[in-house]
Amino acid sequence: MSDNVKIATRESYGNALVEIGQTNDKIYVLDADLAGATKTGTFKKAFPERHIDCGIAECNMMGIAAGMATTGLIPFCSSFAMFASGRAFEQVRNSIGYPHLNVKIGATHAGVTVGEDGASHQCNEDLALMRTIPGMVVICPSDDIEAKACVKAAAEYVGPVYMRFGRSAVPVINDNPGYKFEIGKGILLKEGSDVTIIATGVCVSEALKAAETLAADGINAEVINIHTIKPLDQDLVLASAKKTGKVVTVEEHSVIGGLGSAVADVLAQTGVATLKKIGVQDVFGESGTAAQLLHKFGLDAEGIGKEVKEFVQG
Amino acid sequence: MNVSELKQKANDVRIGIVTAVHSAKAGHPGGSLSAADIMTYLYFEEMNIDPSNPRKEDRDRFVLSKGHVAPALYSTLANRGFFPVEELKTLRKLGSRLQGHPCMQETPGVDMSSGSLGQGLSAACGMALSAKLQNRDYRVYALLGDGEIQEGQIWEAAMFAGHRKLDNLCVIVDNNGLQIDGKIEDVCSPYPITDKFRAFNFNVIEIDGHDFTQIADAFAKARQTKGAPTAIIAHTVKGKGVSFMENQVSWHGKAPNDEEFAVAIEDLERIGKEYVG
Repeated sequence: MSDNVKIATRESYGNALVEIGQTNDKIYVLDADLAGATKTGTFKKAFPERHIDCGIAECNMMGIAAGMATTGLIPFCSSFAMFASGRAFEQVRNSIGYPHLNVKIGATHAGVTVGEDGASHQCNEDLALMRTIPGMVVICPSDDIEAKACVKAAAEYVGPVYMRFGRSAVPVINDNPGYKFEIGKGILLKEGSDVTIIATGVCVSEALKAAETLAADGINAEVINIHTIKPLDQDLVLASAKKTGKVVTVEEHSVIGGLGSAVADVLAQTGVATLKKIGVQDVFGESGTAAQLLHKFGLDAEGIGKEVKEFVQG
Repeated sequence: MNVSELKQKANDVRIGIVTAVHSAKAGHPGGSLSAADIMTYLYFEEMNIDPSNPRKEDRDRFVLSKGHVAPALYSTLANRGFFPVEELKTLRKLGSRLQGHPCMQETPGVDMSSGSLGQGLSAACGMALSAKLQNRDYRVYALLGDGEIQEGQIWEAAMFAGHRKLDNLCVIVDNNGLQIDGKIEDVCSPYPITDKFRAFNFNVIEIDGHDFTQIADAFAKARQTKGAPTAIIAHTVKGKGVSFMENQVSWHGKAPNDEEFAVAIEDLERIGKEYVG
């Protein structure tokens, strides 16, 4: 992991779209007046004829994408997570999910790291909403490498996919030659024996840093990166939970319905470990810098380390 | 088909609608019957389709945006040969291909799943846009309810269609004047419907939605119109063809009992004989 290289996953989204657009002319990108922010502007520049701006009308955009998908095209719908999963939830459910159409949703500006825009734009509910739709794949990448890989995997996968990207730059952590992205397969980043930390998205790099400080306190934490919230890698989660007996989930999302709940579903059926969920504790966000907000909500390395230590020693 | 044959066919479609809804003991006969003539014209005259190859690439597409009148779509498809007419009796039953609202994965000939009002027109726009983007010459038809156009998403889609000059898109509004809670102008008036579509840069045509000569003319004009989508505002009678259902809002969403069903079939068979005669 290198703190020197930081890239926002929304940038990765735009860059990956240009890359796959070069080899697949079925790829179309739809926006709702936010191409500059969702970083799909790069695709628009490269392939203007394959970029459709739908204006500020996210519900219609989802329907347009559904109609396009019925004719064999592969539309990527781009907007902020709040509007893609919230405003247009029922369109995603009924026009895309129910007919299982090959539509990809690139949702940027997820979570509290939206920062200064404040609570109205900080979507901490999207993973919960999207998980409930039968057949929907839900992915939350942790860095530039993973974000680009997930866009490519989504383009190859046939069926609806929701991808969650962030506004703020995050460290590159997957820059190793053995890195491999597979939908539904979690990644064991660090082996440990005392506690399992399962993180997703921007919280993965923070969890890795927390594991270092925990080691200094004599706690050997295992760290798992779950980039695919659905379908969840149950085997990996269960194997680690059985080994350590204690699981902590970390997500930049409400503790209701997201990664923590997905892991809880698996653990509750087996009873092999106790669970602590770190996330946004059923409150709205507020304005501030991304770093300030991660700290306030206990989602930075310091906050994670403190909670895990209490959980293990408590 | 001449007008007499079309009327006869539409009557068969209506018999299928009433039979299906009676068998299901639930469903939406009123708006199905008001749309029957338009649906018949679309599937027997207007659209390029092939019942033996429902998914053929260059087919014209139809989106039933007012998805609750699935019985009208199913009966039209069955009478056109997409699946056996007898299957209409499985409507809404467990395990049936004929779901309460259209499901494109289940039913041969259904081009888009629908049922949640306001969403179908967007999908139709997406299909029409795809044709433009890929230089394909199929056309797309979307049937909307006059109550349905109270949904805001309809106007998002209308704005998009007008802006993109989707002249391969033809919208039909089944203007039967009634919705569940009463007359549309009493509940929350969408009038003037014609001016609204004109304001979104549509070519607008008003017709009697039960007059096959006017229906044929309207679709021909829509095909000839370049640079703008067409909206056909079809004035219709809810429950058309079944005496006790006509213009009765109570028949929006309920099934006839055995006695009522017998009267309905009697009505429709009498009308059918008149056409033959």
